[in-house]
Amino acid sequence: MAVDLRSYLGHVELPNPVFTASGCGGTGRELAQFFDVTRIGAFTTRSITMAPRAGRPTPRMAETPSGMLSAVGLQGPGVEVFAQRELPWLAERGARTIVSIGGGSVAEYTALARRLADAPGVTAVEVNLSCPNVEDRGRVFARDGSAAAEVVASVRAATRYDVPVIAKLAPDVADVVSLARLCVDGGADALSMINMPLGMSVDVDTMRPSLAAGTGGLSGPAIRPLAVRCVWQVHAALPGVPIVGMGGVMTGRDALELVLAGACAVAVGTALFHDPFACQRILRELEELLQARGFDRLADAVGLAHRPAGAGPRNRIELEESSL
Amino acid sequence: MAGSPVQVTGTVLTTRRVEAYHALTVVAPAVADRFRPGHFVTVGVGGPYTSMLTRRAFAIHDVKPDYGGTVEFVFRVRGPGTAWLADRRARDTLDLVGPLGRPFPLPRDPCTCVLVGGEYGSASLFVLADVLQRRGCRVDFVLGASSADRVFGALRARRMGETTTLTTEDGSLGMRGEVTDVLAGVIADARADVVYACGPMAMLRGVTAVCVEFGIPAQVSVEQSMACGVGICMTCVVPVIDEDGVTRMVRACTEGPVFLGERVRFDDVGTIPFDALGAPGGRHG
Ligand SMILES: Cc1cc2nc3c(=O)[nH]c(=O)nc-3n(C[C@H](O)[C@H](O)[C@H](O)COP(=O)(O)OP(=O)(O)OC[C@H]3O[C@@H](n4cnc5c(N)ncnc54)[C@H](O)[C@@H]3O)c2cc1C
Ligand SMILES: Cc1cc2nc3c(=O)[nH]c(=O)nc-3n(C[C@H](O)[C@H](O)[C@H](O)COP(=O)(O)O)c2cc1C
Ligand code: FES
Repeated sequence: MAVDLRSYLGHVELPNPVFTASGCGGTGRELAQFFDVTRIGAFTTRSITMAPRAGRPTPRMAETPSGMLSAVGLQGPGVEVFAQRELPWLAERGARTIVSIGGGSVAEYTALARRLADAPGVTAVEVNLSCPNVEDRGRVFARDGSAAAEVVASVRAATRYDVPVIAKLAPDVADVVSLARLCVDGGADALSMINMPLGMSVDVDTMRPSLAAGTGGLSGPAIRPLAVRCVWQVHAALPGVPIVGMGGVMTGRDALELVLAGACAVAVGTALFHDPFACQRILRELEELLQARGFDRLADAVGLAHRPAGAGPRNRIELEESSL
Repeated sequence: MAGSPVQVTGTVLTTRRVEAYHALTVVAPAVADRFRPGHFVTVGVGGPYTSMLTRRAFAIHDVKPDYGGTVEFVFRVRGPGTAWLADRRARDTLDLVGPLGRPFPLPRDPCTCVLVGGEYGSASLFVLADVLQRRGCRVDFVLGASSADRVFGALRARRMGETTTLTTEDGSLGMRGEVTDVLAGVIADARADVVYACGPMAMLRGVTAVCVEFGIPAQVSVEQSMACGVGICMTCVVPVIDEDGVTRMVRACTEGPVFLGERVRFDDVGTIPFDALGAPGGRHG
């Protein structure tokens, strides 16, 4: 029997739990050359900014063991062009679109949320909190729980009530659980994690940093254990909050690992660079793995690794028996 | 649809050494069918469970109808990915995505074309020469490299070209110097209408400067470090002046790799020019 793969972000139902990760799927058109973007759970846009941004100088990328460092610097055309040319293309096709937003101040995030509030085709808004706060000497919002919560609260207030707001967290903060809690208290309907931790590599031939920006975000399987840890800790503390897990998901097994740790959906980033078909493959593999383990519903596997050692899997039949 | 890329698992048909380079021919009919000169492919390296996540880009050197369609690419071992490729043998399989990128635009009417290749950059020029000649164009070659063993395809150029000029920095083959030292003479002698070039960035900058002096277009194929090759990672950008006169950071893998040379701001590669759209603190930002 087919597994029920439906996934929920707040009250929004998605047909399956595999998304693209922000900044890793282009505008949607590029991936549409390979597969139908309406078949995945949701398409997440790169982080949209108010004004056009040219991004960082090149080299922007360096491969590292089982990962890569990148410093793209949120290159993009700005929210107007996005709302006029990119979002309608996704909406016309019926893709479920999570619009990621990035700003340098609370006011910029709010303005972005307002601009998107009347744009058709926004399934959810994801708040990228790994952006430098220009009003705090460039400290990223995620490093300061109260600033992060303020951003989330103002985005929540400016967004239509039926569009969930997702706060995106990075692992390199002092306490990811308290940050998550502050975001949820600020009004986040869901959380996504993890954004890229900061890394660096030095080219021993040129004897200079490999990236023009010096440091860059680390992504790929190299960060998967960090992602599993963050999802685990946050799900344990806030079991009712939907989590979109990401970080180094290359296969269905990796996706299942995050689901068992507490994610109700997974996003695929760097794997798409290696394999443009990664999302469908991961979805198929995840379904097969759930089937092989006797699950009828994805929802029954979410957070299952938290059950006490020795307890059997919480599958549906057991739940029905215990409810008698 | 011509141009729309596919992913294939292709079987390696032959491997060969050509001077300092390796060449791999892979059975990939769907890639060969869609191919135009100037296209490239990306290759997944390291096999299943590889720790090398980014795909490696290579210009397509040749396509042949054998086994439904094969593509050949030529490479020099640079790091772990190309070292792994150099160990492939016939009957191994390779994960290819292609054909990718904007191919060389072709002249509508017969004209005289100079094709300039630096190092393995010449690999993509022979299929181009073939198409140009079939359209009645005259083709002259200028090929260069640091040393003789790194000049790729000198014999084939001599067979195909009206003239062929070779340069090496150490003087071990042809003239001592760089392709840009001899290009003006070749353009003048052939009364060239257009130049096509593929090679290192510095060479493309020099070629473009010569063409600007002659007032003829240079179609240059740039090489920029790439992670995906399909336009989704935004790591491969170069500053290019658009038709509206505005400089934008555009993707070499999708809007390129072939650009009109005079549009590429070679001196600003590796920076964000202050007047680029969306530059920090810029007019448009
Ligand atoms: C459009 C295009 C066409 C190319 N055609 C050829 C060709 O025909 N023959 C050939 O020998 N080489 C070609 N290259 C360069 C080739 O892609 C690199 O030599 C190769 O990726 C190096 O991989 P590596 O693992 O050996 O080296 P590493 O240095 O270990 O590579 C690490 C990472 O950097 C990237 N990278 C490093 N150098 C380059 C580079 N110069 N260009 C792009 N990415 C780079 C790799 O893709 C990889 O992600 C081309 C590059 C581009 C962009
Ligand atoms: C090239 C690149 C660009 C990215 N751009 C963004 C972005 O604009 N906004 C964002 O929230 N995350 C961005 N990310 C982070 C990813 O969405 C994701 O959180 C991270 O890469 C971990 O997942 P992965 O290992 O599957 O790539 C980017 C990642 C990469 C590699
Ligand atoms: S290589 Fe990824 S966008 Fe060009």
